Amino acid sequence: MADVWVPLALSLKVALWATAINLVLGVLAGFGLSRWRSPAREVVDSILTLPLVLPPTVLGYYLLVLLGRRGVFGSWLDRMGIELVFTWQGAVIASTLVAFPLVQKAARAAFEAVDPQLESAARVLGLREAAIFFRVSLPLAARGITAGALLAFARALGEFGATLMIAGNLPGRTQTLSVAIYAAVQAGDDRTAAIMVGVTSVTCVAALLLAGWLSPNPPGRGRR
Amino acid sequence: MSVDIAIRAMLQGDDRRFALDVSIVSSERRIVIFGPSGAGKSLTLRAVAGLLTPDAGHVHVDGRVLYDAAAGVDMPARKRDVAYVFQDYALFPHLTVAQNVGFGLAHGWLNPGRRARDARVSRWIDTLELGDIADSFPARISGGQRQRVALARALAAEPRIVLLDEPFAALDPGLRGRMRAELMALQERLDLQLMVITHDPADVEALDGHTFEIREGRVVAAP
Repeated sequence: MADVWVPLALSLKVALWATAINLVLGVLAGFGLSRWRSPAREVVDSILTLPLVLPPTVLGYYLLVLLGRRGVFGSWLDRMGIELVFTWQGAVIASTLVAFPLVQKAARAAFEAVDPQLESAARVLGLREAAIFFRVSLPLAARGITAGALLAFARALGEFGATLMIAGNLPGRTQTLSVAIYAAVQAGDDRTAAIMVGVTSVTCVAALLLAGWLSPNPPGRGRR
Repeated sequence: MSVDIAIRAMLQGDDRRFALDVSIVSSERRIVIFGPSGAGKSLTLRAVAGLLTPDAGHVHVDGRVLYDAAAGVDMPARKRDVAYVFQDYALFPHLTVAQNVGFGLAHGWLNPGRRARDARVSRWIDTLELGDIADSFPARISGGQRQRVALARALAAEPRIVLLDEPFAALDPGLRGRMRAELMALQERLDLQLMVITHDPADVEALDGHTFEIREGRVVAAP
């Protein structure tokens, strides 16, 4: 069973980090896009949505080009002593990138659903824009953002292609659950593969059920 | 003059252009702006509150310059000491009545707590008889109670002027008369400076203030 717990723990660690990072980046991007009045808005939104439609191997290739030892940022990181390729941190970056649009899209929709009049009311009551964000916009969008974050968590947990490209398949170090399933099937270890498939499926169904229960925000109803 | 407003603005909507050119000068404590919907009443109120920046003119309240195009003054809404009671009250749905009332008393990044209650919040809750529903959420209270909460929230910040946008339109007719009387009693007791916009002649009669009639962005009649 140790064959299952080690990759499961690593997958959970990677997915939790990726979700936490996306809660900051995705919420900021979603809020920015919801308030930005510019024709370029939908273009930027489309570019930010690319990770949802591009094959994960393509994303992994981009990451290698950028972050590999001879890559644009990679050579600079190398001089700083930071190594991302073949590390679990690399897997976090891959999962973060792949799951980003799920949080960004949910956050944008949630912020767009906040009645602008409530923000005006807060403005007249003396609040600065940052305080309005934390006291009005964010709490009212929290439900939708949480739903997006749960989807992102499930997506990050199942990440395979981009993770394999940048973090590789090092058992105990970068071998996440989905990569371990592939390795187990390749090695003919069907029993281990079946257990890991079951664990992944149950976790993802639970995350999706929770996400569905949280969104959409029932209109006009107060929350307790 | 306690209120001296002259604003000009050209607004571009989706399908039409709207020219606003309104002057209101009054030293009375109750100012009523009367006119049909789409006449520019709300725009005028938003310009006074700082939620809309006119192209030209000035907004003076109690001798304070809130906006003056010629002098380059445009005070942000949060510094104007103006209270705004929105037509549908714009209560924060995620906060209790007491938290709503206390919202403007602290300007930090956190909402007032549910338990700790500022003495000023308690005073306004008592004044507007909201004690029974102080811990309720806005979705669970009646229309008349919502209006009282909106008033309490507006007054707690001790504004120099209270702007009311169609304050009785969202209420059913039976309640309307009672709330009009309540607002008048409160205005007299606290000597509030009010500026009320309405399309309803019955409001004009009940409020008995200095009335300006607006049509198509202009003042057409002032007694």
